[in-house]
Amino acid sequence: MEFVLLIFLPVVFAILVPFAYRKVKGIHTGWFVLLVPLVLFSYYLSFLPLVMDGGHAISEMKWIPSLGIAFTSYIDGLSLLFTLLITGIGSLVVLYSVFYMDREKEDLGSFYVYLLIFMTAMLGVVQSDNTMTLYLFWELTSISSFLLIGFWYTKDKSRFGALKSMMITVFGGLMMLGAFILLSIMGETFSVRELIAQAPDLLNQPYFTLALVLLLLGAFTKSAQFPFYIWLPDAMEAPTPVSAYLHSATMVKAGIYLVARFTPIFGSASTWIWLVTGIGLLTLFWGSLFAVKQTDLKAILAFSTVSQLGLIMSLLGAGAISYHTTAAMFSFATYAAIFHLINHAAFKGGLFMIAGIIDHETGTRDIRKLGGLMSVMPISFTVAAIGSLSMAGLPPFNGFLSKEMFLESMVALRHFELFNFDTWGIMFPIVAWVASVFTFTYSMYFVLKTFIGQKKFEQLPKQPHEAPIGMLLAPMILATIVIVVFFIPNVVGKWIIKPAVMAVQPTLYASPSAIDIHVKAWHGFGAVGLWLTIGVIVFGTLLYLTIPKWQPLYRIQPDQLSLNNGYDAMMRGSEKGMNRVSRLYMTGKIRTYLLYMFAFMSVTIIALLFIKDAFVVDMNSFAAITLYGSLNAIVLLVSVGFVVFAKSRLAAIIALGGVGYSVALFFVIFKAPDLALTQLVIETVSVALFLLAFKHLPALSTHGETKSNKMVNLMVSLSVGVMVTLVALSSHSQKMIPSISQYYKDTVETEAAGGNIVNVILVDYRGFDTLFEIAVLAIAGIAVLGMIRLRVSRKEQTDENK
Amino acid sequence: MKTNDVILQTAAKVVFFIIFLFSIHIFFAGHYAPGGGFVGGLLTTGAILLLLLAFDIRTIQQILPFNFTVMTAIGLLLALGTAAGSIFFNVPFFTHAFGDFDLPLFGHTSLHTAMLFDSGVYLVVVGSAITIIQSIGGDD
Repeated sequence: MEFVLLIFLPVVFAILVPFAYRKVKGIHTGWFVLLVPLVLFSYYLSFLPLVMDGGHAISEMKWIPSLGIAFTSYIDGLSLLFTLLITGIGSLVVLYSVFYMDREKEDLGSFYVYLLIFMTAMLGVVQSDNTMTLYLFWELTSISSFLLIGFWYTKDKSRFGALKSMMITVFGGLMMLGAFILLSIMGETFSVRELIAQAPDLLNQPYFTLALVLLLLGAFTKSAQFPFYIWLPDAMEAPTPVSAYLHSATMVKAGIYLVARFTPIFGSASTWIWLVTGIGLLTLFWGSLFAVKQTDLKAILAFSTVSQLGLIMSLLGAGAISYHTTAAMFSFATYAAIFHLINHAAFKGGLFMIAGIIDHETGTRDIRKLGGLMSVMPISFTVAAIGSLSMAGLPPFNGFLSKEMFLESMVALRHFELFNFDTWGIMFPIVAWVASVFTFTYSMYFVLKTFIGQKKFEQLPKQPHEAPIGMLLAPMILATIVIVVFFIPNVVGKWIIKPAVMAVQPTLYASPSAIDIHVKAWHGFGAVGLWLTIGVIVFGTLLYLTIPKWQPLYRIQPDQLSLNNGYDAMMRGSEKGMNRVSRLYMTGKIRTYLLYMFAFMSVTIIALLFIKDAFVVDMNSFAAITLYGSLNAIVLLVSVGFVVFAKSRLAAIIALGGVGYSVALFFVIFKAPDLALTQLVIETVSVALFLLAFKHLPALSTHGETKSNKMVNLMVSLSVGVMVTLVALSSHSQKMIPSISQYYKDTVETEAAGGNIVNVILVDYRGFDTLFEIAVLAIAGIAVLGMIRLRVSRKEQTDENK
Repeated sequence: MKTNDVILQTAAKVVFFIIFLFSIHIFFAGHYAPGGGFVGGLLTTGAILLLLLAFDIRTIQQILPFNFTVMTAIGLLLALGTAAGSIFFNVPFFTHAFGDFDLPLFGHTSLHTAMLFDSGVYLVVVGSAITIIQSIGGDD
C-alpha cells in the first residue's frame, strides 16, 4: 500500500464522525475518533528501525505532474519524530477530550471533524517533500486551528482569538509561499530533498537572502516568535484539549519543523544563524518575563510555551553553526533542540491538561482565586508538579537534561569566532540564564499558587474535587514519560533524536550512530551547566518569594505601547480605510457596477491595443460574405435597434430574444452546431425566465435615468462595442502561434476516444474549467435561493412586528 | 397564480416528453455529435420551464417531487468524485478512462468515465437552474 494515503486517513474518517455523533447515542464520539491516531501511531512506529539506520522511506502520489506537484510522504528521522508526536499526543488528547467535552452540551460532531482535519494537515506538513503541498497543508493547519479556536463561537473572545491567530499565521504562510517560489526559481524544483542536494549552489543565488527571510517569517509566525507571539495567548480561548494539542505539542512546532527542515539549505548563512538564534533568545526572554504577569492559568502556560519555543528556536540556530566549525558543541545544540522539543511536548501537554482539569473542577482559571487545591486534588497536583519541575529544569525530570544542554550550548556560542560572535556572543549566555531564572519562577508560580497556600474555596464557582480517573489518565501518561525519559535519555537519543539530528544536518554525518553525543545527568562539579542551574534555582526561588513586591512593576508599561494594542490599531485602521474605499464604489446599484467594469475593461484594452500597436486587419483571411449571412446581419441589427428604442418591456425582451436567435443562426451558418444548439436553448430558457419574472419588474419609465446618465451609458456601450470589434479583428488577423484546434483534431480520437471535439474539451481536456464552472453555477443557484428565502423571512419578521 | 389554459396545458404535457427525451438523446450523443451534459441539462430545464408556464409551481412540485438543491449537490459530488477517483489508480487528478465492453442488451458499447463527469454537469445544470426558477417563481 502507498503509505502516503495514510496522511488522509483522519480527514476521510472525519466524514463518518457526524454520523457517529447523530446516530450512535450513548457512546461518546471521541471513542471512535481515538482509533485514528492510535492506528496511525502504531503503524508509524514500524518505521523506527529503518530510520534508526539513517534510512528513509518515501511514497508519492501524483497530483499535477506537469507542474511537478505531488503528495509525498517522506519519512526520515525528523518527520518521523513529528509524526509520532502528532499521533501519540493526538491519541492522548482525544482520550482526554472524551472526558472533557460534554456529550450533551457540546457540538462534538464539529469538534472532532475539525480535529481530524487538523491531524491530516499536520501530518501533511511534516511529511510533505513537495513545497507546494507543504504550503497547502500549512494553511490547512491555520484554517482548522481557526475553526478550533473559535469553537465556542458565541463568545466574542473566541472569535477574536480565532481571527487573530488566522490573520497572523496566514500572513506568515503567504510569506513562506513566496520563499518556496523563490527557491523553486533558483533550484528549479519543488522537492525539498532536491533543493537540499543543491544547497551549495543556492547559497550564491541572488534571491537567497530574500527567500531566507520570507521562510523565517513563515516559521516565526507559526511558532509564535517575537513579535508575532501575540496570537498565542488569545488562542487560549479554545477548548483545553485543543490548547494542549495545537498550542503546545503540534501546530506551534510546525515553525520549528520548518526551520529544522530547511537548515541544510540556509544553515550556512550568517543571516540565518543570527536571526534564528537572536529571535529565539529574544522570544525566550520576553515570554518568560511576561508569563509571571499573567493571572489566567492558560495564559501563563501560553507565555511559557512562547518562551520554550524561543528556546528550541535559538538552539536550532546555534546548531547551524556546526556548518562552520568542527567544534562538537554545535551539533550538540541541534541535539539539545530536538531533545527539548520532545520534552516540551510531554510536560507542556500534561500541564495544559491539568489547567483544563482545574478549570473543569473549580470553574475558574484565575490564579488569584485558586490556592490550596493540593488536599482535594492530589493526583492533579502530582502531575502538575512533575510537569512544572521539568519545565523549570530540575532533576529527576527530562526538562533538566535538555535545559542543561541548552545553557551549555549558549555558553559555547561565546567561543565562536565568526560573524562577530566573539564580541556580541557574550550576550547569549546572559540572556539565556536570566530567561531560565524567570522560567523557574513562573513554573513555581503556576504550581505553587494553585495547589499550595491558603485555601480560598469559598471564592470558587464550584466546590473543587478530584477529576475522574479517565480525565487524569492522559496527563498521568505524559508525566510518566517525563520521568522515564530522564532515566533513559540515551535510549530515546538512539531511537529518535539522533536520526532526527541527522535529518537536520545530513551532510555532517554518515549515519545516526556517527553522532557522538551521550547525555549525562551528572557532569561533575567542573561543568558550567551545573553551576548555572544552581544559580537559576537560587535566584528563581528568591524571585518567586518576592513576587508580590515586583509584580506591580509590569504596570509601568502602558497598555498603549503593547504589541497587542498595535495589532488592534492596525486592524481597526485597515478596516476603516477599506470601508471608506468600498463605499466609493459599492453603491448598491447594478448599473454602477456594470458601468465601472465595462468602462475599465474597454479603456484598458483599447489603450493596450494602441500602446502595443497591436491592431492589424488582414482582409485576406476573412470569409466571403454570403446572402444568408448578410440577411441575418440585417435581422440582428434591426433587433438590436428594437431593444434600444422599445417603449414597452415586453417588446424589448422579445427583441433581445431575436438578437440571441440570430447570433445562433450565425453559428449555424459558420458550422458550429454545438454553439448554435447551446445558444438556442439558452435563449429559450432566458426569455422564458424573463416572462416568469416579468410581473415582478418595475415599470420601464420608473428607472429615473437622467439625460447625462443616458449619455454615459451610450459612451460606455459604444466603447465596449469598439473594443470587442477591434480585438476580434486583430486576433483573427494575426496568428503568433499555430492554433490549438489542430492538436485537438489529431488527438481527440486517440486520447479521449470521442468524436465531438467541443464536448471532449469540456469534459476531458479542460475538465477543470467545467468542474469550477458547475461549482459556480451551483453556488449561484444556492445564492438565489438563499437571497429569496432570506427576503421572505425578513418580510415575515416585519409582519410579526406589526 | 392559477391559470386555466387548456390548450397550453395539453400541448405542454406532450411537448414536455418530446423535449425531455430529446435532451436525453442529446446528452448521450454528446461524445460524438453536438450535445453533452450542459446542453442536455439546459434542454431538460427548458422542458420543465414549459410545464411551469403551463401549470403553477405547486403542481410542478407534486409532479416532480425532487429536491433540486440536493440534485445540484449530487451532481457536484459526482463530477468531483469522477475527477478524484483517478488518484486511487495513481494517475493524475482528472485522468479519464475509457474502453469497449460487450454488454448484454446493448451489445458492443464504448464506455467512458467522462460520461460520469458529464452526468454530474447535467445534474448541476438542471438542479441549479430549477432551484433559481423555483425560488424566483415561487416568490409570490
